[in-house]
Amino acid sequence: MSDGLGHKGHLVRVAGLYAAGTAAFFVLRAFFVPAGFGAYGHYRAGAIDDNRARPVAFAGRAACVECHSDVPEAAKGGPHQAIRCEACHGPLAGHAADPAEKKAVRPDPRVLCARCHAANVARPARFPQVDVAEHSGGESCTTCHAAHNPKEPPPAAPPDPQKGGTK
Amino acid sequence: MNQDRRDFLARSGKLLFLTGAAQLAFESVLRGEPEAAPNYRTTDHWWGMTIDVEKCIGCGNCVRACKEENDVPREPSCFRTWVERYHVPEGDIERPQVDSPNGGYDGFPEKYRAGDGSKNFFVPKLCNHCAHSPCVQVCPVGATFESPDGVVLVDKKYCLGCRYCVQACPYGCRFIDPRTETVDKCSLCYHRITKGLTTACCEACPTDARVLGDLKNPKDPIHEFLRTHKVQVLKPQMATGSKAYYNGLDGSVR
Repeated sequence: MSDGLGHKGHLVRVAGLYAAGTAAFFVLRAFFVPAGFGAYGHYRAGAIDDNRARPVAFAGRAACVECHSDVPEAAKGGPHQAIRCEACHGPLAGHAADPAEKKAVRPDPRVLCARCHAANVARPARFPQVDVAEHSGGESCTTCHAAHNPKEPPPAAPPDPQKGGTK
Repeated sequence: MNQDRRDFLARSGKLLFLTGAAQLAFESVLRGEPEAAPNYRTTDHWWGMTIDVEKCIGCGNCVRACKEENDVPREPSCFRTWVERYHVPEGDIERPQVDSPNGGYDGFPEKYRAGDGSKNFFVPKLCNHCAHSPCVQVCPVGATFESPDGVVLVDKKYCLGCRYCVQACPYGCRFIDPRTETVDKCSLCYHRITKGLTTACCEACPTDARVLGDLKNPKDPIHEFLRTHKVQVLKPQMATGSKAYYNGLDGSVR
């Protein structure tokens, strides 16, 4: 039994095994480890961009004010002046992108106002709250209060949201 | 052959001298689209949030806004943020009664009476975006991580749905999305804050009880808030490096 290498054959076979094992490690590693893994840490670098890729639903106040600049003017000095538009009107990035395609819907004051102003012992005591049924007597809040500046009476003819922007 | 060597030298040069974001930016410059280069630099930011318990009115705007913005399943077991109502009976701070009907999504119907000596308040909860997150440490595959700008994110393409992280989070901020069987959690609206917008919950909060802050920006008002308020993090004994700073937090809150 001789492969022509004599005793050296033992070393050659071990070295060959070692080289094959190393090669297999790199091939399998390239196959199983996703691209970008480890660029910043023990995770896939592309996952950061995946998280950034989602579209935005809330456009932000700056986008609203571009067309509806009269509203912050009306709310000025009132208790609602710092509230962002979409806190009450809901997410409207679609409307901001294409006002003709996606219309904003006027919220129902009796539902909307009560969310914040219905009396609740867990609310901070200094926050203005009312027993809705007793305070309104079934009347809509906007009969007496201007929604954007509730210390004031409502404007004479509220603008019709179906006719687009209020400006 | 010549071309191959050029490629090799260019690639190894980039690897040697440019790392991470710089390499991504350089690649878009090479492609002839420098405008596609990311101008948001993760190393310039370190995000956190302040939550003022004394300002929270429990309206649930944040919960609804979060579900809309991030397409969170409407099931009452899936929340990226939620609001808890605490009822601390007189003299019994150890046994508060806590409820969160549908996470506060539909608001809080009145349940307690005034004048019985109890303490009642709302506590908004969300991922604390810990700097040393227990959830990140237990992930066996690297599918959740602390991004270089301090946001704990999930790699949905890589998550196995093994639920280790759900158990590891001391704040209960993670859930399994029933549609994909992968984990989901607050991403601090990463798609918004990297575009210069605030998070959906902060955008929708009518009393500014929650405010997003960039701790690496010296001009951010968060520094003034942290300096002038006595803030606390949840479960400080766990040393998670939480970046959700609560003002006016009661000792009964867990």
